[in-house]
Amino acid sequence: MSENNIICHDNLVYDKTRVMTDKVLHYCPGCGHGTAHRILAEAIDELGIQGETIGVAPVGCSVLAYYYFDVDMQEAAHGRAPAVATGIRRVMPEKYVFTYQGDGDLAAIGTAETIHACNRGENILIVFINNGIYGMTGGQMAPTTLPGMKSSTSPRGRDTSTMGNPLKMTELVAQLPGTYFVTRQAVHAPANVRKAKRAIKKALDYQKLNKGTCFVEIVSNCPSGWKMTPTQSNKWMEENMFPFYPLGDIKVPEK
Amino acid sequence: MKELRLMKGNEALAEAAIRAGADAYFGYPITPQSEVIEYLMREDPARRTGMQVLQAESEIAAINMVYGAAACGKKAITSSSSPGISLKMEGISYIAGAELPCVVVNVVRGGPGLGTIQPSQSDYFQAVKGGGHGDYKLIVLAPATVQESVDFVKLAFELAFKYRNPVMILSDGIIGQMMEKVELFEQQPRSTHEYEWATVGKKEGRDSVIVTSLQLQSEEQEKVNLRLQAKYREVEKNEVRFETYECEDAEYLFAAFGSCARITRKAMEMARARGIRVGLIRPQTLYPFPYDDIRRLSEKVKGILTVEMNAGQMIEDVRLAVCGETPVEHFGRFGGMIPSPDEILEALEQKIIGG
Amino acid sequence: MARKGDIVINIERCKGCEVCLSACPHEVLALSKEVNSKGYHYVVKVNSECTGCANCAIVCPDAVITVYREKATSGQ
Repeated sequence: MSENNIICHDNLVYDKTRVMTDKVLHYCPGCGHGTAHRILAEAIDELGIQGETIGVAPVGCSVLAYYYFDVDMQEAAHGRAPAVATGIRRVMPEKYVFTYQGDGDLAAIGTAETIHACNRGENILIVFINNGIYGMTGGQMAPTTLPGMKSSTSPRGRDTSTMGNPLKMTELVAQLPGTYFVTRQAVHAPANVRKAKRAIKKALDYQKLNKGTCFVEIVSNCPSGWKMTPTQSNKWMEENMFPFYPLGDIKVPEK
Repeated sequence: MKELRLMKGNEALAEAAIRAGADAYFGYPITPQSEVIEYLMREDPARRTGMQVLQAESEIAAINMVYGAAACGKKAITSSSSPGISLKMEGISYIAGAELPCVVVNVVRGGPGLGTIQPSQSDYFQAVKGGGHGDYKLIVLAPATVQESVDFVKLAFELAFKYRNPVMILSDGIIGQMMEKVELFEQQPRSTHEYEWATVGKKEGRDSVIVTSLQLQSEEQEKVNLRLQAKYREVEKNEVRFETYECEDAEYLFAAFGSCARITRKAMEMARARGIRVGLIRPQTLYPFPYDDIRRLSEKVKGILTVEMNAGQMIEDVRLAVCGETPVEHFGRFGGMIPSPDEILEALEQKIIGG
Repeated sequence: MARKGDIVINIERCKGCEVCLSACPHEVLALSKEVNSKGYHYVVKVNSECTGCANCAIVCPDAVITVYREKATSGQ
């Protein structure tokens, strides 16, 4: 069989999901946001819940996430997405509701909203992108910035004696009785993308059980903020971020 | 069915929220309005109408829950008092920017800062001049009685959905805490309509709905602002509400709103008993403000005294109304102090008649 | 024998981040010398070893790559 014959509808094994719009993503080359968006959109598509899903976008690099997901979406004030999602799910209890938030949004300014939504066990999915830096504002220190890691507001590296310690939000919310499924994933390599997508799909599907909050952290990169090429940033992430933020399920539903 | 009851202001307002068909209340306790959420939790309106009630972790969370529910086209309401309203201001600006309907109740207490738990009207500027960031307006209703606290909840939802704009009920600790006879309106339906601007789940054949207050292109953000301003002009044309008392033959005029207007009315009666011909205008909407009506009344009087439980806030709008052509003075008690009719009458004699 | 595959690259959406290069088990991909209208060197196929495994597509942050794979036929 010649190659030309391979490209035909019957042989299609992978195409952009229709739950993503055709808009060109504004993210920097190699940024994990695009992949995280895509697997969330694919999960919505595969579960057949596009018309039943309402998303909440954060403030940060992914502030414009609503341009890329072809689902009804709301833009929240900085850090308030879990409160907004609470409001949605309380009046639309039959819908699937997710928030998509970065580390500044979720783990700094929105810490209270995150913890209390999880503690109440709101039946929402929180997708948490942790790249240890403020990307949109130009590379400032995040609550999740590693000790010694340089940023524009920790130019000599994060000094934990004066700048505090990185916050492990995912371990923190896993302790709360309101959370049902808590996991930490990555999207930089094929096996990780497949696992992360399975986790997101499971988390969305659990929502119909009304058993509590599902929380999926994705440890990601920020080539621009970290001042590396995308490939370097993924390697740096494996060597530095993963030891501190180990991948895997932290809380799984009891059988 | 209409129903007569003797009720505390805050509880009557809570009952009115249920009867107005609210889909959700989100709030955080603060004196002097905690009876609103207490009443709702006791009453458990989920059983009566399906209305959801949630005690949030903060006023900030509560207003953002309102945002989420309002953006689904639902009737959402929150209440608080001054320091809590300051916390809600961020969310209120976003709600105004995203053009969502909702009702925010401020049972005002004395400030600034933590201030006092006693009644005040010192949040007038915050309510009518913005409060949060950006060029936006709240429709502001100022009840003077427990009856109006009830009726204005229904009106507030109607206006909020008519203009897709947040409506504030600017009450105060007197009205929130006192008991009066009140006629409750009959149960209104909850919101079941799927508005085309609401996030209810994307339907086949239509674009996804995006609720946002963000436009990165300044040309687009200017268009948003022009649309908002056009809406505010409509509100100003259609929604001015006020009451006047004894203005036909008045030589002097009081201007007062909310509970202060009731005390001022007593001062007006005392003045008339002494032969001083004074009238009273009581704006029921603080935005839109009855500029034209005050100007018309001012043409027949020698001076106007605004009476407020603040250091002089509504007086600025009254002065704008009369354009310097009639003397306007202010009398106020603040920090939780309530003026007496005697003091008000004395102020009229000293600042306006003798001034 | 591995099944044959092929990919279609939407070069105008590609930002040349190279994440797909390391994901490909058969070194099928490389960056072009030319740039697209945004000024990015884009990904191109440089050999015929593609098996349609879709690794490149699923790590692509910009959903640039569409993947095809011939059907498994009995008897092979």
